[in-house]
Amino acid sequence: MSSPLLEVRDLRIYYYTLTGIVRAVDGVSFWMAEGEVLGIAGESGCGKSTLGYGLLGLVPPPGRIVSGSIVLDRTDVTKLRPPELRKVRWAKVSMIFQGAMNALNPVYTVGHQLAEPLVLHRGLSVKEALEVATDMIKKVGLTPDVLRRYPHELSGGMKQRVMIAMALLLKPRLVIADEPTTALDVVIQAQIMNLFKELRKIERNAMILITHDLSLIAEIADRTSVMYAGKIVEIGSSDEVFGNPLHPYTQGLLRSIPRLREKEKITWIPGVPPDLRMPPPGCRFHPRCPYARDVCRSEEPPEIEVEKGHTLSCWLYARR
Amino acid sequence: MYPKLIVEEAYKYFPLRRSLVEILTFRRHRYVRAVDGVSFAVNEGEIYCLAGESGCGKTTTGRLVVRLIDFTAGRALYMPRKEVLSEIPPEYLVDGKYVNLASRLPRYVDKLLRRDVQIIFQDPYGSLNPRMRIYDILKEPLDIHGMGSTEDERRETVFRALEEVKLTPPEEFAERYPHMLSGGQRQRVAVARALILNPSLVVADEPVSMLDVSIRAEILQLMLDLKATRNLTYVFITHDLAVAAYICNNIAVMYLGKIVEKGPIDVVINNPQHPYARALIAAVPEPDPRNRFKIRELPISGEVPSAAHIPPGCRFHPRCPYAMDICKTEEPPEIEVEKGHTLSCWLYARR
Ligand SMILES: Nc1ncnc2c1ncn2[C@@H]1O[C@H](COP(=O)(O)OP(=O)(O)OP(=O)(O)O)[C@@H](O)[C@H]1O
Ligand SMILES: Nc1ncnc2c1ncn2[C@@H]1O[C@H](COP(=O)(O)OP(=O)(O)O)[C@@H](O)[C@H]1O
Ligand code: SF4
Ligand code: SF4
Ligand SMILES: [Mg+2]
Ligand SMILES: [Mg+2]
Repeated sequence: MSSPLLEVRDLRIYYYTLTGIVRAVDGVSFWMAEGEVLGIAGESGCGKSTLGYGLLGLVPPPGRIVSGSIVLDRTDVTKLRPPELRKVRWAKVSMIFQGAMNALNPVYTVGHQLAEPLVLHRGLSVKEALEVATDMIKKVGLTPDVLRRYPHELSGGMKQRVMIAMALLLKPRLVIADEPTTALDVVIQAQIMNLFKELRKIERNAMILITHDLSLIAEIADRTSVMYAGKIVEIGSSDEVFGNPLHPYTQGLLRSIPRLREKEKITWIPGVPPDLRMPPPGCRFHPRCPYARDVCRSEEPPEIEVEKGHTLSCWLYARR
Repeated sequence: MYPKLIVEEAYKYFPLRRSLVEILTFRRHRYVRAVDGVSFAVNEGEIYCLAGESGCGKTTTGRLVVRLIDFTAGRALYMPRKEVLSEIPPEYLVDGKYVNLASRLPRYVDKLLRRDVQIIFQDPYGSLNPRMRIYDILKEPLDIHGMGSTEDERRETVFRALEEVKLTPPEEFAERYPHMLSGGQRQRVAVARALILNPSLVVADEPVSMLDVSIRAEILQLMLDLKATRNLTYVFITHDLAVAAYICNNIAVMYLGKIVEKGPIDVVINNPQHPYARALIAAVPEPDPRNRFKIRELPISGEVPSAAHIPPGCRFHPRCPYAMDICKTEEPPEIEVEKGHTLSCWLYARR
């Protein structure tokens, strides 16, 4: 196999707050192949966004990357200085942020905002930049007149399309989309998901889709990972994770989703996720896990590859 | 059997604030037509769902039913629980068993109704006063309505309510403040507060939307259990059709202040007819990775216009792939396509 596009090893990102250290990402490892779509699912506060920011080297204070490596296209992002990092950020990896629609600058036209990075980072003339921007705006399903408009003149769905155009503009190898549709209505959400599906065929960039909604991940991701309390507890092909979920947390999550056309009884996971300032010892899921046993309460479960490419951390699957 | 609630042609217009220029030039008041002629009937003991995208008027309809706001026009006949009904003088009754929620009622009748019709709000963070202990939050409605003859009795009622929503031991939870509870626990307090006056109709406005998926089922199950033990009827407001499919008996799909299609939940979910309802249902994502290779069929274009600028004719026509000339000028009538399944669309009108 050729070297992966992205390899994250034992990444730890902590927030140093007055009330304690929030271990938002606490030993996360995974890799991604070129052109692949990886979904990252998990409940509110489990560290999804922090992980996304971390991959861009953009952790907001009081947070910082404590240890681990993020090798993107053979460069360790954690070792770069800010100016080098800025280059990587536009050309190799870009992000569509949670609630991004409000990230557009209200005083510039959409065209200005799209052309600027092309001029700055690619050295294009303004005319060339506008041509590229026009091309991209069409690809995301908008008409070129949008380039002359200001953000407040656009609807939520249109703004999100502009954000997607912006993220794809410099043809990054990896796009990180953090809850890209959460603020949108379901019809617009479905249109944006359609757009992502079409764009991946044309642009062939890899994508990380971060969302609390497992259904959206199933809509597009080749592989799915499930985060709980700062850790990835299960990762595998989407067919495996949805069809044969093995970690008790993944199983619980999937059983809690009502289906549109099935009357199967849904269940819930008792309790709440832990406070990441003082996560429980052993397996972090043990206070909510129906299968917890003594070892779970004291020792962290190892990572086990149950099948090629399907990995999880749970004592139930450890052969000892 | 008589329905528990019959909403007939309900309207709620909110005036838009005029600019100074508009006032000086005597420009007419403009309105947000939040609820624009809505009719539906809720049977006793059922869960009736109001569904639709944000801004379509679900919450406003719910707030009309619980009398938090006044009707601009229309009527809502409500059949209170027997004990409440017997306290209402006959001159305020319609057909001897209904009260018109849209009419002017004397204070004491109003108070009786406020007890019998309760609401659960969407936001478990904003809907509880952060400075009050859970005990006081639950006791407040008892004080307002003069329930219970002694402090001990009220205390017992509060503890029983906490036990009913599984916040045990009640003595411990009673002493806490809202910020000391998780989102799910707060929503259980909201359920307890809505039920403490023993209502018979509960409007639940997106009661699980703000909660993590893994704990939603617990609140839904709690609501189902309480419905059974307390003989409740719910108007359940949600934008999540999968949740609606799971919990409701009947559904009304709203678009820009109007119901476009309504009927038994299975019929509407499996066989939607109105072009908007069809698109809405086709857009629901499902946790099935086989969908990865499917582009969803969503023939509709554009986005929902503002409720201050509702298009003439069929309000859905600018986005509808089937729009005809008549759709642009005349509102479609409501048509019953099969028993209990109605929709408003010119495609189905025999003319
Ligand atoms: N700037 C910050 N300062 C301190 N703690 C933070 C900060 N940002 C996030 N956290 C904490 O880090 C943890 C992970 O947060 P993060 O935003 O990554 O979660 P998330 O999985 O993206 O959640 P959501 O689904 O709600 O977006 C949480 O406990 C959160 O409270
Ligand atoms: N108090 C109010 N004043 C003015 N407009 C309002 C008010 N409440 C709701 N609206 C408007 O009425 C429409 C319907 O709102 P709402 O009933 O909250 O919809 P939903 O609950 O379906 O999201 C929206 O356009 C909203 O902005
Ligand atoms: S390690 Fe133990 S507590 Fe953790 S998920 Fe597995 S069985 Fe449950
Ligand atoms: S009445 Fe006309 S515009 Fe409205 S939904 Fe039916 S076909 Fe479409
Ligand atoms: Mg987040
Ligand atoms: Mg609402």
